[in-house]
Amino acid sequence: MSVTQQPPLNSPEIRRLDPVLAPGHTYASVTDKIAAVVLTRPLGIGWLAGFALTFSVVMLLFLCLSWLIIKGVGIWGINIPIGWGFAIVNFVWWIGIGHAGTLISAILYLLNQKWRTSINRFAEAMTLFAVACAGIFPLIHTGRPWMAYYMFPYPSTMGIWPQFRSPLIWDVFAVSTYGTVSLLFWYVGLLPDLATLRDRAKNRMQQVIFGMLSMGWRNSAHHWHRYQSAYLLLAGLATPLVLSVHTVVSFDFSVAIVPGWHTTIFPPYFVAGAIYSGFAMVLTLAIPLRKAYGLEDFITMRHLENMAKVMLATGLIVAYGYFIEFFMAFYSGNKFDVFLAKQRLHGPYSHFYYALILCNILTPQLLWFQKVRRNVPLLFLISLVINTGMWLERFVIVVISLTRDFMPSAWGRYSATFWDYGTFVGTLGLFTMLIFLFVRGLPAIAISEMRELVAHQSHGKGEHQ
Amino acid sequence: MEHRPHSYGVIAEFGTPEEILAAAKKAREAGYKHVTAYTPFPIEGLAEEIGFKWTAVPLITLIGGLGGGITGFAMQYWMMAISYPLNIGGRPLNSWPAFIPVTFELTILGASTFAVIGMLALNKLPQPHHPVFNVDRFSQASTDKFFLCIREKDPKFNLAETAKFLQTLNPSHVDEVKDE
Repeated sequence: MSVTQQPPLNSPEIRRLDPVLAPGHTYASVTDKIAAVVLTRPLGIGWLAGFALTFSVVMLLFLCLSWLIIKGVGIWGINIPIGWGFAIVNFVWWIGIGHAGTLISAILYLLNQKWRTSINRFAEAMTLFAVACAGIFPLIHTGRPWMAYYMFPYPSTMGIWPQFRSPLIWDVFAVSTYGTVSLLFWYVGLLPDLATLRDRAKNRMQQVIFGMLSMGWRNSAHHWHRYQSAYLLLAGLATPLVLSVHTVVSFDFSVAIVPGWHTTIFPPYFVAGAIYSGFAMVLTLAIPLRKAYGLEDFITMRHLENMAKVMLATGLIVAYGYFIEFFMAFYSGNKFDVFLAKQRLHGPYSHFYYALILCNILTPQLLWFQKVRRNVPLLFLISLVINTGMWLERFVIVVISLTRDFMPSAWGRYSATFWDYGTFVGTLGLFTMLIFLFVRGLPAIAISEMRELVAHQSHGKGEHQ
Repeated sequence: MEHRPHSYGVIAEFGTPEEILAAAKKAREAGYKHVTAYTPFPIEGLAEEIGFKWTAVPLITLIGGLGGGITGFAMQYWMMAISYPLNIGGRPLNSWPAFIPVTFELTILGASTFAVIGMLALNKLPQPHHPVFNVDRFSQASTDKFFLCIREKDPKFNLAETAKFLQTLNPSHVDEVKDE
């Protein structure tokens, strides 16, 4: 490997010893450090400014939603033939982002990856908030969100039921199950930490709030035994669930016969894309978080590098998906599919497609280099680029296919309006605001799991020392 | 506290996971049956050491999953094939492959909710108060101290004797746990 200013850190032999937790920590020190962010640390000007900014963006969201409810979906850029537009692009983007949280907390747990410990809690929070943002879009896209309960099978006086042969109904069940299970998983994980905060509470209000939330958890060995059993089962259940959710989302497209959608590569490539964008979002959040709250000991270079590697791997699967889409279009000889593939390269929205290739295929190739993976600002930048790229991917899928389907007489064009952009930016604000509230209201790192990590390290069972 | 000086048990405080494992082992060997341990994180083998081997959580989860899946499929079958059958080009009403996604999701939903509710119920949570909270030092159980409690309902329990036994295990503190 090349030589830089930090030769010891950069040599592969030493790098393998990069800790998942900086040495020298005790049970008490990890507990103190993480709990202090919630219990004692005063609200800094940075937090207040960030919260104020994101809160005002949430007001923009409320404005857009109110105007939408007053006027109807006509305020958006959608029309026949492009009925889906931003609402579905944003829905798929947000729900995909959520997937990394479940992957980190469930799949890496089953694979016994110790490095997941310090990032799983806020990755799960990110999942919940992303699912909340995602859920807004199909709801408002129905046009009459106050009728949304029609999507659930309840015994109505009309005597009719949802159409269970439709992927859109599968989606209702997949997304609502995903939201519920993510919440349960997150809460179960939080339970011991809420008890820790209760025990360390500095005033009556904290005591009452954390006391109620922790349900009287008292760290009993009997409790831990059942807790671990339930946690392992939840991880095992969440793993197929997370794979099923984006699969079902991809069915929304691939079950239809629209050119560019009707392909069997969609489920795996959607799932890989979801994890790809999710890890990019975890990095986007983790890098400022560790800096702002001095958590570099807990979220170490090892975590950032590992996440970069996951992004590279899933990015390559996504690249393979793009390639297979093209290959199958020409191999099938179906003239509509061939035409659509050419439209992506030369059609009216080709600049989006090229931007997508740049963001999602070319940029992550930088992650092959260790120097790039260890360069925190550059990694942050790459994560933003990938987030953008994944949004573009969904835009390309929705808009290019719908504007250029079978009959030239049915073709159209799509451009988003202020309200489309406003709603999207508004959900970004909602997501960030919830993250701001989360990092100060709840332990952003799983304290009890960090204590477990300390125990492992002090017994030489850890991956270093 | 003075009106009913009833004892819940005696609690000893230890500083490391090894110490509490050894102490739990000795308590079991000494013939104590109702022993509880409190630790800031799960310790492998400790539950077994205090005589707790089997938990119903996996069984409850299985029941929840089966219940969710069966309900899910039966619901779709009844709605699509019996309650409001739609004949679309003569295709079968029981189009079971199309019912799989919802069946699967409801299986996961049933299993997960049962796992969590089952875990909480078996742990008897929520339970806002418990006698061990009366011990001042007990709040350390969520930071870096490990506690072993021998319950009053143990046939071998005797306040003075048990306290003396716990002292022999070399703890940093021994306290009586008062129940109100």
